[in-house]
Amino acid sequence: MADTQTAPAPEVTGDDEVAPRRSARVVTREMAIMLIVPPVLVAAVFGTFVWWRQTAELDSVEAQQLRWSELRSLGWEHVQLTVVAAVIVVLVSVPLGILLTRGRFRAASPVVIGIANAGQAAPSVGLIVLLFLWLDGGFWTAIWALSLYGILPVLRNTIVGIQGVDPTLVEAGRGLGMTSAMTLLRVELPLALPIIMSGVRTSLVLIAGTASLACFIDAGGLGEVLQTGITLFRFSLMVTGAVLIALIALTIEWLGRVLELATRPKGI
Amino acid sequence: MSETAPTDGTNGVSGAELRLEDVVKKYPGQKTPAVESLSLTIPAGEIVAFVGPSGCGKTTSLKMINRLIEPTSGTIRIDGQDVREDSATSLRRKIGYVIQGGSLFPHMSVASNVAVVPKMLGWDKQRIADRSDELLDLVGLDPDRYRDRYPRELSGGQQQRVGVARGLAADPPVILMDEPFGAVDPITRQRLQDELISIQRELRKTIVCVTHDIDEAIKLGDRILILQEGARIAQYDTPEAILAAPASDFVADFVGSGSTLKQLSLTRVRALELSQPTTATVGEDTGPVVRRAEAAGDDAVVVLDDRDRPVAWPWLRQVRSNDRVRSSPRENLVTLDEAATLNDALDTMLTAAHSKVIVTGDRDRYLGVIDFEAVTEHMRKTEREAAEREAAEGGSTDG
Repeated sequence: MADTQTAPAPEVTGDDEVAPRRSARVVTREMAIMLIVPPVLVAAVFGTFVWWRQTAELDSVEAQQLRWSELRSLGWEHVQLTVVAAVIVVLVSVPLGILLTRGRFRAASPVVIGIANAGQAAPSVGLIVLLFLWLDGGFWTAIWALSLYGILPVLRNTIVGIQGVDPTLVEAGRGLGMTSAMTLLRVELPLALPIIMSGVRTSLVLIAGTASLACFIDAGGLGEVLQTGITLFRFSLMVTGAVLIALIALTIEWLGRVLELATRPKGI
Repeated sequence: MSETAPTDGTNGVSGAELRLEDVVKKYPGQKTPAVESLSLTIPAGEIVAFVGPSGCGKTTSLKMINRLIEPTSGTIRIDGQDVREDSATSLRRKIGYVIQGGSLFPHMSVASNVAVVPKMLGWDKQRIADRSDELLDLVGLDPDRYRDRYPRELSGGQQQRVGVARGLAADPPVILMDEPFGAVDPITRQRLQDELISIQRELRKTIVCVTHDIDEAIKLGDRILILQEGARIAQYDTPEAILAAPASDFVADFVGSGSTLKQLSLTRVRALELSQPTTATVGEDTGPVVRRAEAAGDDAVVVLDDRDRPVAWPWLRQVRSNDRVRSSPRENLVTLDEAATLNDALDTMLTAAHSKVIVTGDRDRYLGVIDFEAVTEHMRKTEREAAEREAAEGGSTDG
C-alpha cells in the first residue's frame, strides 16, 4: 500500500469504514458435511437392503412380513406417529416455553423443566405401558406417550433460546416503543429460532426412535417387524426392522437439519 | 465561538424543552434512593451530557425520561407535557433512543433496523424507504451500498452510525443516548462525535447523552450535568464555565480542570486558522493542477468530489503520473470535522503519523488543512495568556 492515492493520509487504523464484507448466511464446513453425508448414507443402505430383499431366499413367515406393501404401510405408520407427535410437541412446548420466560411465570420455569426432565428420565416403555393401562391401546395413546416424551428438548430450548437473547436488544426494542408482544415476535423469537429448531430436531429423532415401541400397544410402526422377528426368532426380520427404523431416524434428523437451516433468520 | 444554541424555539430548532421536576427513583429494598429528587431544565435544541462516576444514577435518570424506568415520584415534561399522559410505548416512539454499540437487531437489514419506528407509526412503504436512505446518507453511509446489509457485515463504527440513524428515524424532538460511543475505538469514537455535532448543527434536536467520559461530555455538550451519588447535581453548566469555575472539589477532581491540556478539549479546530493547500476536482486535467501546486510550493494536492468533499490527498508525484485527477475510496482518508477539538486533532495526527489533517464542515464539505504547528502555537498562546492572567490576579484568589 506504499503508493496509494491517499499518500499524506495513511489508512485509518480504526475499523471504521473498512467494512468487513461477510456473507449474511454462513454454512460452515461441518454443517455442509452434515447436510450431504446422511442422505448419501441412507440411500446406500436402503439400496443394499432392496438388493438383499429381492435376492434373498425367504421362508414363508419372512416373505409374509417383508412384503413391500406391508413394509410400506408400517413405515408410513411410523412416519405418521413421529410427525403427528412432533407437531403436538411443538404446539405445546413453544407457547409453554414462551410463557415460562414472561414476567411472573419465570419463577416456575425450573419446576416445569424439572418435571419434564423427570418425564424423560423415565423409561419410554414404562411410559407407554402406563398410558396403555390408563387409555387402552391404539394410535392416539401412542401419540400421547410420544408427545410427552418429546416435549423436553423443545421446551428447554425455547426457554434457553429466549433467555439467551441479548437483554440489551430486548431493551432496545422496548426503548424504541415496541409493545411486549412486538418485542417477542420481532426480536426474541426470531433470535431464539435457531435454538428452538435444534430442539425440534432433537425431539424428532427421539420420537422417531421411540415410535418403534408403539407396536406393543397396537399402534403399528416399524417396531412390528422387529418385534415379530424377536418373537419368532427370525434374524432377517430383526435386522430389517432395526435397519429401517435407523434409516427413518436418520432421514428425519436430516430433514430437521434442513428445516433448521431454512428457518434460520438471515443475518445471524 | 459559543457552542450554545439559541433557545428561543425558532432558528431551526426542532427539539423540545425537557423538564425534570423533583424526580425520585427508589428501588424496593434499597435504603438510599438511586435518584433523590432531581430537578433540571434542558433547553430545546441543546445537547446535555450527563456525567458522573458509575452508579451515580445517570443512566437511571436517562431511562426515566422514556419510562424504561418509572420514577417513584416527580414529573417529567417534554414541551410542557407530562410523559405519563401517553402510554409508554407511544411516548417512546416519539423519543429517539441510541444505545451503546448501536444494539442493532442482527436479523434485520440495515434499512429495516432504521425503519423500526416509522413502521410502527404506520408510515407507507415509500416514505419509509426514502427516510431510511436519507438518514443513512446523513450518518455517512452510502444507502445503495449499505441498506441491504446485515449488522454483522458492518464494522463497529458503522453499526453505531446505523444506531444513530435508527434513533433519528421518526424525527423525534428529543433523543436519548446511553453511552452512545462507548464500544468503539478512540479514532472511530472521535469521528462519530464529530459527525454527531455536525448532524446536530443541522437538526437542532434536544439530546441527552449519558457518558462516563468527561472529555466526551466537554466535546459534545452545550451543557454538562455532573452528578454525584444519588443523582445529586454537583454542577450543571456550560463546559467552559465548569472548567473555569468548578463548583466543588468533587467537580474539580472529576474534570481535572486547571490544566492547560484540558483546554485542548475545549478549543475547536475551527477556532484556528486553517491552511489552504492546492485543491483539485476529480476528473480535472493534471497539467494545470501540477502547475498550481508548484506555484504554491505544495507537495500534495487535496482532491475534492463534485459535492466539495475531500476524497484523496495524493502526493504531487502521484498526480503527475496520471492524465486526470483520480479519486480513491473516501474511506481511506482521515478527516476531522470543524467541531473536533484540538485534542482530537493531535490524536489523529499521532495515529496517522502525519502532521496535517484535512478539516471538513457540514456534510463533509472541505474547509482546509490543520497542521501540528498551528496546534502547538495555539497551546503556547493559551498557556502564556493563562500565566499573564494569573499574574494579573495576583494573590486575590486563594484556593
